[in-house]
Amino acid sequence: MSGPVVPAIRKTFTIALAGNPNSGKTTIFNALTGARQHVGNYPGVTVEKKEGIARFQDATFMVVDLPGTYSLTARSIEEIVARNFLIEHKPDAVVDIIDASNLERNLYLAVQLMELGVPLVLALNMSDVARDRGFQINYSKLSELLGVPVVPTVGHKGRGVQELLATVTDVCQRPGAQSPARQVDYGHEVEPHVVQLTAAIAQHESCADRARWYALRLLEGDEETAKRVQTRRPDGCEEIVKRAVQFRQHIEGISGADIGTVLADGRYGFIAGACTEAVSRTAKVRVSWSERIDRVVLSRWLGLPIFAVLMYAVFQLTFALGRPLMDGIEAAFEWLGSTIASFWPQGSDSLLRSLLVDGVIGGVGGVLVFLPNILLLFLAIAVLEDSGYMARAVFITDRLMHKIGLHGKSFIPMLIGFGCTVPAIMATRTLETRRDRMTTILVLPLMSCGGRLTVYALLIPAFFPQAWQAPMLWTIYIIGIVLAIVLVRLLRATLFKGEAAPFVMELPPYRLPTVRGLWAHTWERGWLFLRKAGTIILGISVLMWAMSVWPKPSAEIMERFEQQQAAIEARTDLAPQQKQELLEKIGRAAAEADLEHSVIGRIGKGIAPVLRPLGFDWKVSTAMLGAFAAKEVFVAQMGIVHAVGEADEESETLRARLQATYTPLQGFCIMLFCLISMPCMATVAMTARETGSWRWALFQLGGLTLMAWVITAVVYQVGMLMIY
Amino acid sequence: MQSSGKSVADPGPGAQPLMPLAMARPGETVELVDVRGGLGLQRRLAEMGLGPGSRFTVETSGRPGPFVIRVKGSRLILGHGMVTRVFVRPVQQ
Repeated sequence: MSGPVVPAIRKTFTIALAGNPNSGKTTIFNALTGARQHVGNYPGVTVEKKEGIARFQDATFMVVDLPGTYSLTARSIEEIVARNFLIEHKPDAVVDIIDASNLERNLYLAVQLMELGVPLVLALNMSDVARDRGFQINYSKLSELLGVPVVPTVGHKGRGVQELLATVTDVCQRPGAQSPARQVDYGHEVEPHVVQLTAAIAQHESCADRARWYALRLLEGDEETAKRVQTRRPDGCEEIVKRAVQFRQHIEGISGADIGTVLADGRYGFIAGACTEAVSRTAKVRVSWSERIDRVVLSRWLGLPIFAVLMYAVFQLTFALGRPLMDGIEAAFEWLGSTIASFWPQGSDSLLRSLLVDGVIGGVGGVLVFLPNILLLFLAIAVLEDSGYMARAVFITDRLMHKIGLHGKSFIPMLIGFGCTVPAIMATRTLETRRDRMTTILVLPLMSCGGRLTVYALLIPAFFPQAWQAPMLWTIYIIGIVLAIVLVRLLRATLFKGEAAPFVMELPPYRLPTVRGLWAHTWERGWLFLRKAGTIILGISVLMWAMSVWPKPSAEIMERFEQQQAAIEARTDLAPQQKQELLEKIGRAAAEADLEHSVIGRIGKGIAPVLRPLGFDWKVSTAMLGAFAAKEVFVAQMGIVHAVGEADEESETLRARLQATYTPLQGFCIMLFCLISMPCMATVAMTARETGSWRWALFQLGGLTLMAWVITAVVYQVGMLMIY
Repeated sequence: MQSSGKSVADPGPGAQPLMPLAMARPGETVELVDVRGGLGLQRRLAEMGLGPGSRFTVETSGRPGPFVIRVKGSRLILGHGMVTRVFVRPVQQ
């Protein structure tokens, strides 16, 4: 035997920050880590993971910000992520950030952390607010009652942060030196069973450290814990699980209530006991100014108008303020494109040039152009969230959304969807259950986005008299909304059926957003959009470019255009201006031939028979394919296939051409198909990312396109019968 | 699945009648008696401090629509779908 091993004093530790939403966890995280932060995702899920470095004396801490949760029961993704991190990564200390002015509710998570047996420190944050509201908290008494160190803090002023770090350092450097946390006594009907089950589990060394936690979870019938115990001790696990079931039935029989409810009551009872002893209330309860504001904001008559005005403001901020910025970025990319293009001689058909200018710069520019919109939208959402208004908006819209099988929280993404589907899908992150989130994401493309508005703006004036134009635009938007409602109901009845998610949400007090918080929220989300969507979109842009360039028309056709051009150049009877016009006409015809022969043109022609029942020719089919890159590309592609050259939604030449070629019924069908079918590739990429699976994205793509085909075909065929 | 809360069958002498939360008025203090919903709902509510026997005050009522209630020092929104499934009994103050 060698001599006793003296462990070297460790200097680096991992600590995790836990806490309820709205407990000021982010401000403590910022106060601890300063600018040394890194944002990523937890593996496999789209829950943001923030990490940072904190230092105290000679110790260094890797601080991991866990998602905000009310409990560790593992019902939402956030709860699962937080729980798994604590169990699997075994941080050296866990700091539970507690809103001191809302002690009872916040201590619920603390009690579960105590049950989990992690090395715990409680930060009683917003202790100033608690004092102002008349709470006198005896911190040392509370610490004694819970058996856990307690440090009062004021996160946004950085108060108490050094004391917190000192306590955390102590817990980290002397593991096991602290007295164990007090445990909840669940009373004579439950406690003996918990003790028995704990003892049975603890018999095996590998489970001994969290035996009581496992016992409680097994009593609740938690399958994930059963699996975890199974892998730790395959022998005897079945017997333990069987005993847990027996105990549960026994307890539920006696108490007449579900065991989860019984245990939750026990925890709240324990908390109420601790609070009675450690907290006293000096001042009389005043009505807080949050409640006074809510008397107006949530009132029956003013609630909805205030909400409408705020939403209008969000849209104005996003799209009006974003406009000049977007124009600026567009101009910058055009300049960059033409600068790069000028490296080649005029009229050069270099493929490299085309790839750089049309493929890469066009593609990246097409994405970046949305960045101001997206950042502004995220800024507006951050203001709504950080101020506390978002919870009120959810309250106001809940009644409407409930009718269609969703609840209030789905309203915000839907609203954003009228601007751009991509940030709308990201905004579904606030939805707690997968069912709600998936349903919302799948129908979001039916909200007519800004890109599709350009298509309507081109087509409606081409086919409909002035008086019909506004109602026609409304009709298209309302068709989208109605289809979304029908689809939500359908999805609710089939793929995502089941009880509506319990919608219980804390109404946080109003707070003044901080510049730092707003910036962090806006930039974190904006950066994720840029990095992830940007790479995928760039790839698909280049692919779409290649498909619209290759293969070239045969040498004969090219030669014929060149001959025509040469012939015109040679003519002497024409004025220079006439000559120029004729040359441009040939150029446009050549561009049309180019697109016709490319992969996209060929596919367009190939699928034309399939789209013929909808009243589409190969030109519309080709432009529809282009619209997959981005809906507004439809307009540009129609310009090319109809040989009118560069076109935008204001192009009268293109409108005249369309009017001559198609009937108003066909025009309407084009808009209808454009609305319902094929969400743009950015949407597909974002759906894949946010649902965690390309299968859902393809399901959305295929399902909506099929629906578009059926609806448009019916409209066209019925329309034809009625008209002719 | 429903919790079989004994008090549902036997409200005791002189007790107020049982009603869905949807019928409570703003300012009224009530005691939660029963949750008619799945296990998930019962547990979620219990974890938010709304177990059987818990008392809370109605602050804003949608009628019909979501409610704002005050429980354990904080304010909660209960969605439209919730208020018809939570059964309460008024408490005399």
